[in-house]
Amino acid sequence: MKTTRLIIVAVGGQGNLLASKVLGQAALLSGVPVRMSEIHGMAQRGGVVESAIVFGDASSTIISDSEADVLVGFEPSETLRAMNKCNAGTTVITNLAPLPPFTVAIGRGTYPDLDQVQDLIKAKTRRLIAFDAVERATAAGNVMSVNIVLLGALIQTGILPIPKENLVEAIRTKTKKAFVDVNLKAFDLGFIAAANA
Amino acid sequence: MHKLLADSPGKKMLLLGNEAIARGAIEAGVAFATTYPGTPSSEISLNLFRVSHESDLYFEYSTNEKVALEVAAAAANSGLRTFCMMKHVGLNVAADPLMTLAYVGVKGGLVILTADDPSMFSSQNEQDNRYYGKLSGLAILEPSSVEEARQMTAEAFDLSEKLGEPVILRTTTRVNHSSAFVELGKITPRKIKGDFKKDPFNFVTVPAVSRRLHVRLLENWDKAQAMAETSTFNFTDGNGTWGIICNGVSYNYVSDAVKDLGIADKTRILRLGFSHPMPPNLIKAFLNACEKVLVAEEGEPVMEEAVKAFAQEAGLTLPIAGKGERLFSRLYEFDPAMVRRVMAGYFGVPHAPSQPPDLSDVPEIPQRPPNLCAGCSHRATYYAVKKAAEGRETIYPTDIGCYTLGFLPPLAMGDFLICMGSSVSTACGFSKATDKKVIAFIGDSTFFHSGLTGLVNAVYNNHNFTLVILDNGTTAMTGHQPNPGVDMSNLNLSGYGRISIEAVVRAIGVEHVTVIKPYKVNKSIEAVKAALDHKGVSVIISQEMCTLYARSLKKLNVRAFTVTDKCKNHRDCINQIGCPAFFLEGERVQINPNTCVGCAVCAQICPENAITPVKAKKAG
Ligand code: SF4
Ligand code: SF4
Repeated sequence: MKTTRLIIVAVGGQGNLLASKVLGQAALLSGVPVRMSEIHGMAQRGGVVESAIVFGDASSTIISDSEADVLVGFEPSETLRAMNKCNAGTTVITNLAPLPPFTVAIGRGTYPDLDQVQDLIKAKTRRLIAFDAVERATAAGNVMSVNIVLLGALIQTGILPIPKENLVEAIRTKTKKAFVDVNLKAFDLGFIAAANA
Repeated sequence: MHKLLADSPGKKMLLLGNEAIARGAIEAGVAFATTYPGTPSSEISLNLFRVSHESDLYFEYSTNEKVALEVAAAAANSGLRTFCMMKHVGLNVAADPLMTLAYVGVKGGLVILTADDPSMFSSQNEQDNRYYGKLSGLAILEPSSVEEARQMTAEAFDLSEKLGEPVILRTTTRVNHSSAFVELGKITPRKIKGDFKKDPFNFVTVPAVSRRLHVRLLENWDKAQAMAETSTFNFTDGNGTWGIICNGVSYNYVSDAVKDLGIADKTRILRLGFSHPMPPNLIKAFLNACEKVLVAEEGEPVMEEAVKAFAQEAGLTLPIAGKGERLFSRLYEFDPAMVRRVMAGYFGVPHAPSQPPDLSDVPEIPQRPPNLCAGCSHRATYYAVKKAAEGRETIYPTDIGCYTLGFLPPLAMGDFLICMGSSVSTACGFSKATDKKVIAFIGDSTFFHSGLTGLVNAVYNNHNFTLVILDNGTTAMTGHQPNPGVDMSNLNLSGYGRISIEAVVRAIGVEHVTVIKPYKVNKSIEAVKAALDHKGVSVIISQEMCTLYARSLKKLNVRAFTVTDKCKNHRDCINQIGCPAFFLEGERVQINPNTCVGCAVCAQICPENAITPVKAKKAG
């Protein structure tokens, strides 16, 4: 089976651990081998969390620079920072709602211009899907479901060997019962956003 | 029920490497487990801690790794299957018992897990603990994957019992912190009551006894070597003549590279999972079948040197390489593309790596370094000490924990750090060797781990410095594990003792001891000033619960603060304490009410009294 390599970058607390778990379950349902790794040293202290998820026949659990097939960024400046993981064939999906790092918040450092971020990524990769995932999550009923919105966009691209219904099933079984409906809605809104992108 | 107790062999579960290791131990019927937490090993013990609440597994957080291994040594010599877990540098602390326990051996299986951290994602060094196998003469097992971690952990207990010796299970961060679907095995019922049979001429290591025991250790070493020859953990893939010898995660990268480069018909891979003692016959036979060999191992050239020695013994002159220029580095962890590139170069295979994008036109992206949490009590303590020490020339030895982050600006409190507990003992040295005011920082858990002996030394040798003990009631950085000073009723656990840091410090004979509440800024500054004026050893104990921990215990009553119009925008608050709840909005300082925990430290340092609590109360 072909190998598909996915990198997810997020800021601590944005829920990328849950996103990985849901993807893992969906891969199991689809009969696709999956391995992942995470560096979560000081995520709780506001650092960056990077997950690598490798689908298909591969033994490695990490992804080298310039070898990601898909990059999903939960925060626009972090998406740009992770560009070293991409190549000219990579598809990039990013949330456009910024979470400025503390250094910027206190006036030491400038947050990159969002249009420039998008232009740069577009010029260097195969395709960019960019939208405000916080807005979609809020519309779905929970600002915390940004992660699920982005999974919706990811599945829409069809790059992962995972059918939509298996991901939906994984959301049903792996996310908190009280949030399943909101999450399913969030997933749909992300899916639609990517379709219209 | 804890998921790792599921008695459903054959079931596939998505597990973190560390969960798979804990599961492996449970399947082996582990009865006794000890640890001192440390990344990347911490989730193993965290899971076993929880499992112990639901089963008759005995688990303890010991005060440090040496204690953990000694407690484990006794349990294993009472016949219980015992698991002792630590991070790689923890084994340095436990090295003393390790070396002689290897002589004494064990009755019940004892597995000692060392979690190495190539690239130092969360460690002070990247030492290669495979050398502890050589140093101690003990066998080492090294899993390559999450699935294998489960199986190897379980079998390590059998191996230990067969050899009558502890077995070292060596992992690296990428095994500990990777996840995969793992097929569960059968759970062996645990035997929880042991017995110790007196046998002083084998257990009491006076020279006459040890001389005999060392002979036995070497005999066991031969036995282990013979077992490594036939172990299923040592296997070959392929029939080619390009040999690759690898271990641990490098096996994954090598396997993927062989596929990606399309050289499966040319290569022959020897994967060593039972990696110490190295099996000479297996390796010599492998070398005989190869025309050249590459050794792919992260860290030091441990296998490479042994393989070259075996080749010499066998009179083989084929090229054998591993570390070196355009080959593998001794620095940092490997990655798939790097291993592929080295293999392609060494074997002369054409290879077109993916091209990285040209990033020269990307503007500088602001860094996102980890930071002490909003309202973290350490920030308040550091501020108080900094203020109190104004005008003095200072040296700030620091220690290992969240508070190490205080070395970053704007606090910039932290000048020297080598290992757990070094703050106190290096303070002894700095205060004698220089004329500067030495103020050392250590956390509560680290103080119990290895700060106590340094403090005894300081009092005994009459040193002159101030030690600040940052007591936030938990072992925060590794995931809020308890320590001997913690109130276990917070975790709804009973049957534990609790050691008062203040009582211990006074008992040691420190004359000047003050307990401060760091959120009371001025009082704290005055207390620290008095401590600094004291000639001799003075101790400040700064008590305030870690805010993240308090939040998880639902003990945080948040009353957020806000910046009023009185603010003159000189930004003393940002420049001096840099709480991450601050942000600038249109050049004005604001406080994010969702991250502020209401510690009120900023309000006390604002010279304009511009920071006040927001009116309405909100729930934590
Ligand atoms: S986890 Fe606790 S000790 Fe660590 S930075 Fe946060 S508040 Fe401070
Ligand atoms: S009161 Fe001030 S220092 Fe404390 S958490 Fe809130 S903003 Fe940060």
